Amino acid sequence: MSETTHPTNLAPSRADIISPENLVYKKPELMNDVTMHYCPGCSHGVVHKLVAEVIAEMGMEEKTIGICPVGCAVFAYRYIDIDWQEAAHGRAPALACAAKRLWPDRLVFTYQGDGDLACIGTAETIHSLNRGDNITIIFINNAIYGMTGGQMAPTTLMGMKTATCPYGRVAEIHGYPIKLTEIAAHLEGTAYVTRQSVHSVAAIRKAKKALRKAFEYSMAGKGSNLVEIVSTCSSGWKMTPVKANEWMEENMFKFYPIGDIKDTGAEK
Amino acid sequence: MSKIKGAIVVDEGCCKGCGLCVVACPTHTLALTTNEVNHKGYPFCRDVADACIGCASCAIVCPDACITVYKKKVE
Repeated sequence: MSETTHPTNLAPSRADIISPENLVYKKPELMNDVTMHYCPGCSHGVVHKLVAEVIAEMGMEEKTIGICPVGCAVFAYRYIDIDWQEAAHGRAPALACAAKRLWPDRLVFTYQGDGDLACIGTAETIHSLNRGDNITIIFINNAIYGMTGGQMAPTTLMGMKTATCPYGRVAEIHGYPIKLTEIAAHLEGTAYVTRQSVHSVAAIRKAKKALRKAFEYSMAGKGSNLVEIVSTCSSGWKMTPVKANEWMEENMFKFYPIGDIKDTGAEK
Repeated sequence: MSKIKGAIVVDEGCCKGCGLCVVACPTHTLALTTNEVNHKGYPFCRDVADACIGCASCAIVCPDACITVYKKKVE
């Protein structure tokens, strides 16, 4: 770390500023002191931080059960210091439903990617949301299968190139991308359905508020909640993290518009 | 008029050199190293200018939570 020099004696030195009473931001205390396995610039890290911050702010550290998916976030249990359960591929909402029914006082959430939630686990997701289980589903949508090497996902955009559609996604061969969040908004059991992103500071703050609202609704027994986070996969998209964020803003937000889709609390 | 002075501490071993903090910084205080890497082989971010205002934008966007931010009011 390079020491900075100050032109006048009035300015505080670096050592003066770096003291506990001047702290503005640090790694959430609920996060374990391990380096995450995610690729550089992966949106998962930011969402992990938000989940840890929201749980700590709600004071639910000892009463939260997270359900891990299969996918890039399979090791999420290593990073946040709460109770976790690993589900079979796509079956996280079914497991969350069981956990919430056995321990109604616990905050239960699943953390799933688009391959887990929108492909193999579509049935579990839709039925869990339709039953109105008092859980929160966090859906990380990066339009690609990140862990397995960048294959086409159900959420891949039209014309987007992946390892299994190298000339771009074509409707005649591959069908159309699925908007699971819009489908969830039509279900009677859902209380709060929203789509957020974590590409900028403002977007991250909004995503945090959305997560907090979803967790509060699930604890208040209002129904099931779905928070979709439109994310980047710089490795899968073969871009730098900064370029991936720009690409997401240009292309993903047209098809996956950001904002609340259903909020039963606001309607009443 | 009071002025705000900020400072950051980067956990250099945990940084993966994604560069998101460099773009997020409004005062261009941060830059990635060009001729140095950490034990994992990644370039890492460090403060190169004395312009930090302690806004914590870099730390909020950091996916690996390796930036700690401090802020002090200067009379």
